[in-house]
Amino acid sequence: MLKYLLEKEFKQIMRNKFIPRMIIAMPLFMMLIMPWAANQEVTNIRLTVVDNDRSITSDELVRKVVSSGYFIFQSVSDGSEEALRDVDAGKADIILDIPNGFEKDLQTERISGVMISSNSVNGTKGILGSSYLATIVNDFASSLSEDMMMVQPVLSNQNGKSFRIMPQYKFNPHLDYKVFMVPAIMVMLLTMITGFLPAFNIVGEKEAGTIEQINVTPTSRMQFILAKLIPYWCIGLIVFTLCMLLAVFVYSLIPVGSLLTIYIFAVVYIVAVSGMGLVVSNYSDTMQQAMFVMFFFIMIFLLMSGLLTPVASMPDWAQYITIFNPLKYFISVMRMVYLKGSGFAELVPHFLSLCGFAVVFNVWAILGYRKRN
Amino acid sequence: MKQFITFVRKEFLHIFRDSRTMLILLGMPMVQMLLFGFAITTEVRNTKVAVFDPSQSMETRAIKERFDASEYFTIAEEIRDVSRINDVFKYGEIGLVMVFSDDFESELHQGGDAAVQLITDGTEPNQASMITGYASNILAQSMQELSEGSGAPCRIIPEIRMLYNPQAESAYNFVPGVMGMILMLICAMMTSIAIVREKENGTTEILLVSPMKPIYIILSKVTPYFTLSMVNLVTILLLSVYVLGVPVAGSLSLLLLVSVIFIFLALSLGLLISNVVNTQVAAMLVSGMGLMMPVMLLSGLIFPVESMPLPLQCLSAIVPARWYVDAIRKIMIQGAEIQFVLKEIGILLFVTVALVALSLKTFKNRLN
Amino acid sequence: MTEEYVIQAENLTKRFGDFTAVDHITFSVRRGEIFGFLGANGAGKTTAMRMLCGLSRPSEGKGTVAGFDIGRYPEKVKRNIGYMSQKFSLYEDLRVWENLRLYGGIYGMKDREIAEKTDTVLRSIDMESERNTMVCDLPLGWKQKLAFAVSTFHNPKIVFLDEPTGGVDPITRRRFWEQIYGAAASGITVFVTTHYMDEAEYCDRVSIMVDGRIKALDSPMALRNKFGVSDMDEVFRMLAREATRKGD
Repeated sequence: MLKYLLEKEFKQIMRNKFIPRMIIAMPLFMMLIMPWAANQEVTNIRLTVVDNDRSITSDELVRKVVSSGYFIFQSVSDGSEEALRDVDAGKADIILDIPNGFEKDLQTERISGVMISSNSVNGTKGILGSSYLATIVNDFASSLSEDMMMVQPVLSNQNGKSFRIMPQYKFNPHLDYKVFMVPAIMVMLLTMITGFLPAFNIVGEKEAGTIEQINVTPTSRMQFILAKLIPYWCIGLIVFTLCMLLAVFVYSLIPVGSLLTIYIFAVVYIVAVSGMGLVVSNYSDTMQQAMFVMFFFIMIFLLMSGLLTPVASMPDWAQYITIFNPLKYFISVMRMVYLKGSGFAELVPHFLSLCGFAVVFNVWAILGYRKRN
Repeated sequence: MKQFITFVRKEFLHIFRDSRTMLILLGMPMVQMLLFGFAITTEVRNTKVAVFDPSQSMETRAIKERFDASEYFTIAEEIRDVSRINDVFKYGEIGLVMVFSDDFESELHQGGDAAVQLITDGTEPNQASMITGYASNILAQSMQELSEGSGAPCRIIPEIRMLYNPQAESAYNFVPGVMGMILMLICAMMTSIAIVREKENGTTEILLVSPMKPIYIILSKVTPYFTLSMVNLVTILLLSVYVLGVPVAGSLSLLLLVSVIFIFLALSLGLLISNVVNTQVAAMLVSGMGLMMPVMLLSGLIFPVESMPLPLQCLSAIVPARWYVDAIRKIMIQGAEIQFVLKEIGILLFVTVALVALSLKTFKNRLN
Repeated sequence: MTEEYVIQAENLTKRFGDFTAVDHITFSVRRGEIFGFLGANGAGKTTAMRMLCGLSRPSEGKGTVAGFDIGRYPEKVKRNIGYMSQKFSLYEDLRVWENLRLYGGIYGMKDREIAEKTDTVLRSIDMESERNTMVCDLPLGWKQKLAFAVSTFHNPKIVFLDEPTGGVDPITRRRFWEQIYGAAASGITVFVTTHYMDEAEYCDRVSIMVDGRIKALDSPMALRNKFGVSDMDEVFRMLAREATRKGD
């Protein structure tokens, strides 16, 4: 019996004007364009310098900052006022303000200061820019002390206790934001294909009245729903695989962890989100309602999934809410397996949570689907 | 005029009676504001730190305590086994591993090569950079404390000022973007869907044979959505100032002026869509895919435009919301005067006029 | 279980909140009969029929269809009936033969059986040339013919027709009734709701529902005699005058 229902669903999907095109176009769009646009990388920080000291040392500091390559050197401003105006006008992002007497203080007191003012409308950009600039200034200070110690070796008798700080970025040494987004984008795609589409499909049958005709037949609800889901499961897995291939060719991104782990999670996740779609379809009578509800929830789910901003940064109440977000688990699993090579053993809690979602949503969907009222 | 008012009243009733739509129209902006304001932050807080410390000396203990005391870090684990350093990240909990060199204490005192390695989880690049930055800072402070009293080397103390957003809170960045998104969503998407719904039901035809001038019919449809948008605008601003604590730094009237221009722009866009498509689902898809996606991705709402490759930057230039978000950021957060946003206002005005002309033209074509 | 009666309803009742849509109706339908179920809009016809088809659970009372209790074994009932709804509900984006194949398959027919049956059915409704036509391209009258063919495709014991002829011209309706007679002649019991009174004349027996209750039940001729009028239309009007419920 299932065979005939499946045959029908596949034919309908193939004949639909919209779905086959979308199934081709969406992965291409999302994999090829999204990672470039959905990029929170902080680059192109424009620097303006105010040098009130105009000494050899201040000149050296400016040269060192400019040559670091991290900033785009915009201009040397005549005064702090002018520099601030540049930031107001959006011509510069960060100001290095060297005070008058900078060199003299260093030579006599061995201590001096600079002011770093950074446009922090975008907080991340503000913090990263200013802390990077501060690091350069610190480096400059220590290189300066080494130079001075050589000039005045007497002073170095009492050794300043210092140690080296060696930062190392694991898993993503070039700090490439795209590498971070691509695995998560695959999750978004899978969510839309296996969560949205079957839900819309069922609501569509409700609107057309054909579901009534099916309801008077001996078809069990299990069979009807399975026939709706299986085609999208297949499509979802095919598209998912295509995405992984695209990731290899376009971004040279190959999962560090095992493919098997990825697929096991993908299958459980697919079952969970399609269950969620079914629940929505049960409670909507029109396509429009279903779309609104889906849109609303998916927006919340995406924002709270760690897709864009880390879950750990959220306030505690928000973190509790994310416990009920299936996207969160799969997105972090994908990133962990893809980039860190986490194995199944390390992901057991995620796996159990996703299984929980799969069971809850599907039981809810089956209990809520009424052949009779 | 009296006729016109009757029509406007009818349109209002349509919207008020549909409680679900009302809920979306008024509830959605609030939820979005709260989510973006509170939950969506990139701030580093309580990053879990694992420490590998073979020497277990007084100095290293002091450094660890300093980390634990900071709001950015929590020491979560002491690693005993070197091989675990690589594994610890795979569970996804730990954000930073701090590795002290083998004889940290003795090397430190004898002027040897004492070192601290800061290994961060680079999967999320910004977090990794920020964590490294904060950790280096704390270490630098420790270093200063250790060398106090001894013949100090040169020090340059950078004083850091965060302009416009002293706490570097994420909400400052998101609020203008969310305003752009919500106004676009409500004005363009809802208007187009509502007008197309009447088209589907055939009620527009009845209106069109009435003695009302078509322009009034359009106006009467648009007025309620304009009003709702203004209500939303005010709600958003109130939420932003009193709940999220993001103040309006610049002139409020300038802010409202730019917003009204943008609302007109979005309404005419909605009107245009409703003239071109024939079904609600199509209207939803066109405004969903054609408006929401670009606004989310290309307006600078979340993702800074300047980080995008050039083709996408060009593409973002034709997304009106980008200019609106830019202008609002300048006015609301940076407190910019009107001369700094003339370009944005000019572009928005130009697009609005073009869209109004275009949508009136397509509406006339439909009549003929 | 009596062999004689294929549908039996006893005090069948359906309430929605305070509103009693179907109010203790009792009747039985004989095997092979064409049973007309008449009533104004909102009289409760469709609700009663949905209960008999197992789509809606009775609030009170008992009913058996094809020997199975509708409250307890709705799925067994469904195996033995065909149904054609008010709203045309075949898949518009499937071809004619694909619709037949789908429903044949759902009722557990084998591929070979379906193929053979498709040929005979299409021949009998003169639609052989439309075998590969997409259903959305068929005119309404043809769609209805096809929908009826689908609902009887698996040789059900009973077929339920819910206002099957809404919106078509009298000639097409007439043809449609010939199709119904054909089905009845092959032993299928036909349970049909309608509000066209001329169609009532074609039935073996009719029941007339007013405000959720059955006000009259007999052969059309007997009813005309009983009320002393010349056609069913007048019978209906006399009964409907007592209605308090507003049609929708």
